[in-house]
Amino acid sequence: MGQVEIITANTAAALAAKLCRVQVISAYPITPQTPVTEELAEMVESGALQAEYITVESEHSALASVVAASQVGARVFTATSANGLLYMHEMLHWAAGSRVPIVMACVNRGVGAPWTILNDQQDTISQRDTGWLQIYCRNSQEVLDTIIQGFRLAEEIQIPVMVCYDGFILSHASTPVDVPSQDEVDRFLPHFVDRSGINGGTPMNVNPLILSDPRLGPDDALMPGYMEFRFMLQRDILNSLQIIESVDREFSDVFGRSWGGSLWKYKMEDADHAIVSMGSLASECTIAADMLRDRGVKVGVVGVRVYRPFPASQISEYLSHLKTVTFFEKDVSYGFHGAVAMDAKAALYESASRPSVSSYVVGLGGRDVRPEQLAEATINCIEGSIGHHWLDVRN
Amino acid sequence: MATTSVRQLPKNELIMPGTRSCAGCGLMLTYRHALKALDEGKTIVAVPASCMTVLHGVYPITPVNVICINNPFAATGAAATGIVAGLKATGKTGYTVVAFAGDGGTYDIGIQALSGAFERRVNFIYVCYDNEGYMNTGTQRSSASPVGAITSTTPILAKLQQKKEMVKIVEAHNLPYIATGSPSYPLDLFDKFKFAKNVEGSRYIEVHAPCPPGWGFPNRNLIKMGKLAVESGIHVLFEIRDGKFSLTSRSLALANKGRKKTVSDYIKGQSRFRKISPEQISELQAFTDKRWNELLERHFKDSGDA
Repeated sequence: MGQVEIITANTAAALAAKLCRVQVISAYPITPQTPVTEELAEMVESGALQAEYITVESEHSALASVVAASQVGARVFTATSANGLLYMHEMLHWAAGSRVPIVMACVNRGVGAPWTILNDQQDTISQRDTGWLQIYCRNSQEVLDTIIQGFRLAEEIQIPVMVCYDGFILSHASTPVDVPSQDEVDRFLPHFVDRSGINGGTPMNVNPLILSDPRLGPDDALMPGYMEFRFMLQRDILNSLQIIESVDREFSDVFGRSWGGSLWKYKMEDADHAIVSMGSLASECTIAADMLRDRGVKVGVVGVRVYRPFPASQISEYLSHLKTVTFFEKDVSYGFHGAVAMDAKAALYESASRPSVSSYVVGLGGRDVRPEQLAEATINCIEGSIGHHWLDVRN
Repeated sequence: MATTSVRQLPKNELIMPGTRSCAGCGLMLTYRHALKALDEGKTIVAVPASCMTVLHGVYPITPVNVICINNPFAATGAAATGIVAGLKATGKTGYTVVAFAGDGGTYDIGIQALSGAFERRVNFIYVCYDNEGYMNTGTQRSSASPVGAITSTTPILAKLQQKKEMVKIVEAHNLPYIATGSPSYPLDLFDKFKFAKNVEGSRYIEVHAPCPPGWGFPNRNLIKMGKLAVESGIHVLFEIRDGKFSLTSRSLALANKGRKKTVSDYIKGQSRFRKISPEQISELQAFTDKRWNELLERHFKDSGDA
């Protein structure tokens, strides 16, 4: 049996990695991720966790070293934030292209310049096209559980997973978390299966130069070209939507907790209007929805837990029949709208009926967002103020 | 015991016909002798984007009989770190991890990851095959390009600066084994890889790898060009075992007999030096003499200590 501890999301992430019996950890410190790296280092140095801990000299090297460790058959973990994640950018593509099952905690923080250490989600959103799965957590329990789910998922589909959670709001806030026992985790997550083929000593050329067209191999079998490999990555990422759901169901069977798979709903059964958001902000939106329900407006919340793969048909199913949908997100695709709103609107295009949509960029660089503001902005949308806005930009 | 005859080299070839390297490639010959010194089936090679990637062939065919893991350009030191850690964590023993990067991947874009790996004392061999420029992308200037060399990014003025002294930077990491080599002296090269294989910790071998298309000399002159580099003192063959320096092979012989060849003898057969000025030749000669004298002094001092 597990036990309830009062811990931060960073501690929850470190404990989850330990419970998953990671074999190689490599990380470079950056606020607000640092406690994850410190706590894991202590576990390794004290002998509580049998793993190799690599104190690299950069985030590029952090990801490069876990990719390589994974390629020779180890279960690996790393964590980063903001500019550190951006410094990994080349390696993010490389990891996904290498089809290695890395799990990385991404502690969301605004991106410089100018410098901020506080929270928004611009860092991970700007890395959405790198071929990783992205899962956004609401609270520290979900962080712990999602890292455990993340290894199951990553290893099943051989695609790396980012577990994203909001800097300081979650990373440094202590809340009760049910920490499962090692036995429970072992029942859910089998020991790592070494697919490296290294032990046989068989010659291999991992990630070589490849041509665009398929080409005959030494035994005259036609092997994929670059485009086929890219298609397989896309196909497997899209297919992972079902696996995300089934992994969450199996997780629920063992631990008694479910996180809703790709999307979660709050008071949507009879809703005329929805708020859509991600991460801890989505949790806060449930308070705004309750405030509006107190005023007699039937509002619910759809939380986007999995942003990549984007659960497009499910989101369309949840939203298409509504009168209005208001998006709140802590990111922007400069020159257009917030990323989640853009994708959801694209998903809704296929529907016969579509709601009126309003999207808000909120809370960048740690700007506080109060439920009253979210409720007010939602009412504005319901009353016809559709379009793209920034909330609480002051003169 | 030093290898004294090619007949003593292992006959087994791990590089089959059909590599994509250019004719007369100094890297190719280096790699051939390095692999003869390492254990078949127990060698994992880490390679950044470079001529080495091309040498290893195009998917799904490779002419090289090793486990090779390709990496992004800047990542070699870190990838080797990850390989070593992954092998250890999963209980795979007896492997030699060898990184092979060019001068661009070592002197320039890869220096951060390399320094990090050396500081962490990662148990691997790092080989820099120095062909003095970004040869795989078409002969652009690197910090290893020599003064007076025309490259495709110093096309009119030729390179204005002296080459970076990478080995001095590597030495600052206090490694147990550092060596230089040349494909023109394969027995010396073989012996150094053979020795390096059994040293614990981070090891560095820098090979001066003549490049016919990049330097502008006929393919058939590969061996000659590598020898001229050593004869003139442009490249010096030595090794440093736990800080103890000794000249080896032809450089050791030159230490006793004196150098006869000059920088001018070395550069005249290479079209990349066609615009080098008399002042630059003097600069290169002075640079070469200064380093030679430093190394000579160190050799006699360290061998006197023995």
